[in-house]
Amino acid sequence: MAKSLNADGPQSVPALLHRNATQFAGKPAYREKEYGIWQSWTWSQTRDEVEALALGMMELGLREGDFVAVIGRNRPYLYWAMIAAEMCGAVPVPLYQDANAEEMAFVMSHCGARFAVVGDQEQVDKIFEVQEQLPEFERMIYLDPRGLRKYDHAVLDAYRDVQEMGRNNRDKHIAELEARQAKLNYDSTGVMLYTSGTTGRPKGVVLSNRNIIETAKSSSEFDNLRSTDEILAYLPMAWVGDFIFSVGQALWTGFCTNCPESADTMHVDLREIGPTYYFAPPRVFETQLTNVMIRMEDASRFKKWLFDTFMAHARKVGPAILDGKQVGTMDRIKYQLGELMVYGPLKNTLGFSRVRVGYTAGEAIGPEIFDFYRSLGINLKQLYGQTEATVFITAQPDGQVRSDTVGVTCPGVELRIAENGEVFYRSPGVFVEYYKNPESTAETKDADGWVATGDAGFIEESTGHLRIIDRAKDVGKMADGSLFAPKYVENKLKFFPNILEVVVFGNGRSECTAFVNIDLTAVGNWAERNNIGYASYQELTRHPQVMDTIQSHVEEVNASIAEDEMLSGCQVHRFVVLHKELDADDGELTRTRKVRRKVISEKYADIIAALYDGSKSVSTETEVTYEDGRKGSIKATLDVRDAKVFADTRKMAAQ
Amino acid sequence: MKDQADSYQTADGRTIGPVVMEMRNITLRFGGVEAIKDISFDIREGEIRAIIGPNGAGKSSMLNVISGFYVPQEGEVWYKGARRPPMKPFEVAEQGIARTFQNIALFEGMSVLDNVMTGRLTHMKTGLFSQSLWKGKAEREEVANREVAEKIIDFLEIQAIRKTPVARLPYGLKKRVELARALAAEPTILLLDEPMAGMNVEEKEDMSRFILDVNDEFGTTIALIEHDMGVVMDLSDRVVVMDYGRKIGDGTPQDVRNNQEVIDAYLGVAHD
Repeated sequence: MAKSLNADGPQSVPALLHRNATQFAGKPAYREKEYGIWQSWTWSQTRDEVEALALGMMELGLREGDFVAVIGRNRPYLYWAMIAAEMCGAVPVPLYQDANAEEMAFVMSHCGARFAVVGDQEQVDKIFEVQEQLPEFERMIYLDPRGLRKYDHAVLDAYRDVQEMGRNNRDKHIAELEARQAKLNYDSTGVMLYTSGTTGRPKGVVLSNRNIIETAKSSSEFDNLRSTDEILAYLPMAWVGDFIFSVGQALWTGFCTNCPESADTMHVDLREIGPTYYFAPPRVFETQLTNVMIRMEDASRFKKWLFDTFMAHARKVGPAILDGKQVGTMDRIKYQLGELMVYGPLKNTLGFSRVRVGYTAGEAIGPEIFDFYRSLGINLKQLYGQTEATVFITAQPDGQVRSDTVGVTCPGVELRIAENGEVFYRSPGVFVEYYKNPESTAETKDADGWVATGDAGFIEESTGHLRIIDRAKDVGKMADGSLFAPKYVENKLKFFPNILEVVVFGNGRSECTAFVNIDLTAVGNWAERNNIGYASYQELTRHPQVMDTIQSHVEEVNASIAEDEMLSGCQVHRFVVLHKELDADDGELTRTRKVRRKVISEKYADIIAALYDGSKSVSTETEVTYEDGRKGSIKATLDVRDAKVFADTRKMAAQ
Repeated sequence: MKDQADSYQTADGRTIGPVVMEMRNITLRFGGVEAIKDISFDIREGEIRAIIGPNGAGKSSMLNVISGFYVPQEGEVWYKGARRPPMKPFEVAEQGIARTFQNIALFEGMSVLDNVMTGRLTHMKTGLFSQSLWKGKAEREEVANREVAEKIIDFLEIQAIRKTPVARLPYGLKKRVELARALAAEPTILLLDEPMAGMNVEEKEDMSRFILDVNDEFGTTIALIEHDMGVVMDLSDRVVVMDYGRKIGDGTPQDVRNNQEVIDAYLGVAHD
């Protein structure tokens, strides 16, 4: 591991900004659609804006070592706030904008944030609501003044006013600001990001400038990113990936970060920008594919025929063409024709016309979904990473892309698989520490710098690619001692468009059972086309035909699991279709939509009991939390279904 | 009661100005039917003024008198300190009074943006000739008007449907687009005819929020007709209650709520 791959280059995020302001002065750095028009800022304008804010925050009394919470949807101003905080020697802490007041109170009091830069009235209200729990909190800077006119401005300031204050007091603070920036080096903290907290309280991951810059550098080189690239920043700012793409890599390579007008306009904005470098979790690709398929169902017969014919061809040769493999001339010509008539217009509609490098990560992606995009000629790849690694652990190089692996180690990363299958890594991106939590730091990172990912997996010998099976702590043993890997089964089930979420149980038991959430878009559309009436989500979940469909999906998955020697014990014997969607507001999912097994197994203990005691149906009452925080409850009776299981084709003994 | 020319502060810190519009002894007849009988009330600058009443009480007729659509047989309308002569609705619009309709009156085939832009028509000064050439002044004017329209689209959070034809929108959104068009005229007084009719609870909450925000941000005076008593009591500063064309109550929501005649009109009275 080279100590410093970037010895002479800029040693901090603000230093990179200054470099870009000279090197790429007139090139667009950030863009945001506002009032229907894309507004751009060049790198030199960005530097001036950031500097004005930094000076203003110094005038307000921001000290070195302070923490600055940043909360809101993706906007250039908030990215600048993070860089400005670091300029002042403070530490930016981006928070999830949909976090509720309590979650926010925990994070802000844990780091002791003195300043907060927030998007709008909603965030201001949340902070004021928990202000008493935040003794260190002093000042808040807001972006959108709407609805805030009547608020007491004793601790509130408008973003523009702070910048104005900075510009007016430039002479007073500029020397100090420059001195603070000169002190920043590779080891000073660049950002602190809180983990989503799949288990227990969120932990503050401290990332140094070294982590950010080295990772940005090596990953940009890995994918040959250029200053002419464009990305769309729409994923939560509190997530490490967004920080690395929209700040780290953007500053390193000098490409342009585009922010959508609002969450609802994301797809329109995506089309208008046509990013060349794009990241989305599997869920987004899945939703888009579902939408395409639904719309094709309604298309005229000729169009549908055209689509089906050329898509079949694309599936056959598309991925091979993308990987630069040998493909016959006739096939190539037909593919070109398809590009002209189907693939091109479709990619344009999806906003993927210019995508040169596309990534998906976070969850496993269904092979069909993955192949669909690749067959269209979109270079969609997978990567594996986590906050503690500053994202990148493994990624798929061009030409070696498969849906079931997560790729080879990124430059500078070392991998090791422990006895129990857990994946360990070591890299320049390894985080400094968990803030104020030395025990957890020691548990996760050993003295030699090896970090436990918490994921179980193995390296394929033939290709050197890493394959992830499940969370290491979720991998358990069935009563008969065979391996229990719930996520593996859940992912296989979730690849069906009708299924939104699955939770599989079975650790320490003799057989596996499952909760299933149907996908309302897909199933609702199916119901509409088949003249099946339903009044509510709950009613749809109980419809016998829906149950039959889900049962057939479960059995199909069972058949495929039966072929796997190690995991054949994980076939789902019984299942229920849940009466409500699992929701982050009810604490059943994390904000990044990962299943919280413990919460779910406690909350739905009665249903789980019914899955194992052989009953045909179960009545239950569930508490739900509405978006505005009010609580209510829903009652339902759920049918328990048995699914066919298959004997392990390899050991013929069973049943 | 405060003096007509006085300003005062409300509990939530808004400034309510002097009287901007006054109805003096308005009587409106359709043939032999007296829709409005000798009603007087005023609207102050910056306030949210509600007109409520059971079905057929004459609320919409009253709003149509304010907007100049009906000319009352008796009585006077005073606006900004002067008596308003009988006018055509477009002349009233030019005076800074904009409205929405109970049964949505948008251009269904046009996009949301175009609909909102029609609200700017009273602000377009260039002639037909330069508009058709679309150079210089006309172009600048269009750009300036588009900016106003876009700010309103942003304010009402309808960016995502900017280019969508109105016919394809659900009812609740159409209501919001109509509000956007009325706001685009940058009115002094905004008249809302049952802005919440036919909405579900969530849509009503959104709409209430927008009405309060409009009043707060732009200082627009708002006169609204509404059926939903809860909404009216929460939103408005003062309420006029009508029943069978007569005014039976006028005052703060609290006053009106305790007014026996109002309670009778709404809950019915036992006749013995």
